[in-house]
Amino acid sequence: MSSLAAFAADLAAGSLKIVDLTQTLAPDFPTIVLPPQFGQCAPFRMEVISRYDDAGPGWFWHNISVGEHTGTHFDAPVHWVTGKDLPNNTTDTLVVQNLIAPACVVDCSKDAANNGDYLLTVATLEAWEAKHGKIPAGNWVLFRSDWSKRSGADYANVLEDGAHTPGPDAAAVQWLVDRGVLGLGVETIGTDAGQAHTFTPMYPAHTLMHGAGRYGLQCLCNLDQLPPTGAMIVAAPLKILGGSGSPLRVLAIVPA
Amino acid sequence: MIRHPGNPTILPAAPLVPPAARSRTAGGLAVAASQGRFALQVCADCGRSQYPPREACVGCLGARLNWRDVPTGGVLSAASTVRISSDPYFRQHTPWRMGSVRLDCGVDAMVHLHRDCAVGGRVSMVLKLDKAGQGVMVALPETDINAMQSDPKFRAFTCDPAGRRVLVTDGRTTFGQAAARALIAAGAEVFLGIAAPWHPFPGQNDLPGTPMTLDLTDGISVQNAAAAIGARVDIIVNTSGYFRPGAGDARAAMEVSYFAALRLAQLFVPALQARAGDGTHPACAWVNMIGINGLVPDPAASLASAANAATLALVRALRPTMRPLKLINAFVGPLDDQWHQALPPPKTSTAQFAQAVIAALRDGVEDIAVGDIARHILAQWHDNAAITLHA
Repeated sequence: MSSLAAFAADLAAGSLKIVDLTQTLAPDFPTIVLPPQFGQCAPFRMEVISRYDDAGPGWFWHNISVGEHTGTHFDAPVHWVTGKDLPNNTTDTLVVQNLIAPACVVDCSKDAANNGDYLLTVATLEAWEAKHGKIPAGNWVLFRSDWSKRSGADYANVLEDGAHTPGPDAAAVQWLVDRGVLGLGVETIGTDAGQAHTFTPMYPAHTLMHGAGRYGLQCLCNLDQLPPTGAMIVAAPLKILGGSGSPLRVLAIVPA
Repeated sequence: MIRHPGNPTILPAAPLVPPAARSRTAGGLAVAASQGRFALQVCADCGRSQYPPREACVGCLGARLNWRDVPTGGVLSAASTVRISSDPYFRQHTPWRMGSVRLDCGVDAMVHLHRDCAVGGRVSMVLKLDKAGQGVMVALPETDINAMQSDPKFRAFTCDPAGRRVLVTDGRTTFGQAAARALIAAGAEVFLGIAAPWHPFPGQNDLPGTPMTLDLTDGISVQNAAAAIGARVDIIVNTSGYFRPGAGDARAAMEVSYFAALRLAQLFVPALQARAGDGTHPACAWVNMIGINGLVPDPAASLASAANAATLALVRALRPTMRPLKLINAFVGPLDDQWHQALPPPKTSTAQFAQAVIAALRDGVEDIAVGDIARHILAQWHDNAAITLHA
């Protein structure tokens, strides 16, 4: 039996299951909000074209509009200025081999779920490796914070000095880049911590990851259903011409 | 005390309008009424005032008849009460008092008559927009400063917020919050729309009225709000719009201005129109906050000019189709907000805006200018629209 046939048989038999890591794309889902003098990422909008009515008697469909970085979405390297000149850095030129890849899930939910200023550090990553083995190159690293279990204002957690949401510190990002990871996936609106504009460098997850040609996944959910290692992630953004990212459906294949 | 609608077990009073057939020339009465002025045609050759509106002077046959403000005083010559009418609107509203007034400017006119006006006595004349949007003459007792409210019949000419339920669409801004506070102080019950409540904004911990989620850039949100409160709202005060200087994100600007108003028109206002004849305090008005740069474009605010012009064109095109509702344009100049830090005064303040909206509703006017700059530009535009573009 080929490995693909075995895979199909495992899926059919239920010994592998699919976990949906995607938030529902809805108009009221929080988006990143930049200072008002900058351009803003459009929220998701949908308008009926016809609904079995005079605009289309037998069919129902919508026109939708959405920013590239709205909802559960993928960040391509070109998204950040540090990655602007890299090869294969846009959604239409990404190496498709990378769009299905294994994941290491770093569970920090115990400390991060109630702490908007929680930072993922090298020490935490090293402790994870001591328990689960070295993070292999080409793997996604998924940072579990359980923030996807929040909603609305609690999820965005914007205070007077900006958002307070968990993320990696600069050293942790550099450490992950050096490990050769494919990218960083998070449950919050950005791969960076809410206060990452105060870090050096600013926005390290964007600056360092994309500068190294790595990817980002944001607004993931259901990370609590994934094993620390062994999940296979299917994360293929829309093939947008010259795109910097795209909303997408992220699926994990895990042992049942 | 909030009003009650009519008996819910019977068919509500239909939103009828009085006869609307008038000549184009007579539109001058509506223009004056929409601004709260009392103006008639005055002959440029012999100085005679004219009524009803006409093409040639009744005195000298001169054709140069210009709309000019005239004295508002007069004497009530005769009065009558109409008890039976063939017109469906007036059949709903009889008995209805009419009278003949000799105006101090020399003309005789048949007018709507306040219940306290006595034959032979002095009256004070105003032009009001009726439910069809026509300018009509109304005689009031000279001494009653609250005359439009003291005769229940005359409430039909105004939109007093007292006892009415009002939706203020954008409570994220200080202008929306100020309008809501003023409306509550004027006796209204207020629903205050809040878009993206997950994102903090100034004043959010001390919001007036009943806050509710409403995002005018999202049709689904407008539909949900209409489903929740559309059957109860009597007045909409739409404070959503694009009022920033300079250029910017054009698509986003149109979303919060033109498309926002369009969604209200399509998804919310019809619920008001259906109840515009019902109960003691029928649904009566839709107010839009519109930059005066939508009337006369401002080179320092090109994007806002286009966005506000689009909103204004929409509202003006819809007006005749949405009677008996009044569609009120509250024209604002540069706002006294963070976006206009570099601009010296005068700027339109939240208090000016809120008080102007209340006054417009109480007076039943449809075009108001808020603040010195908007007032100046609107007056210029009325004087000579073309020349404002070269000012």
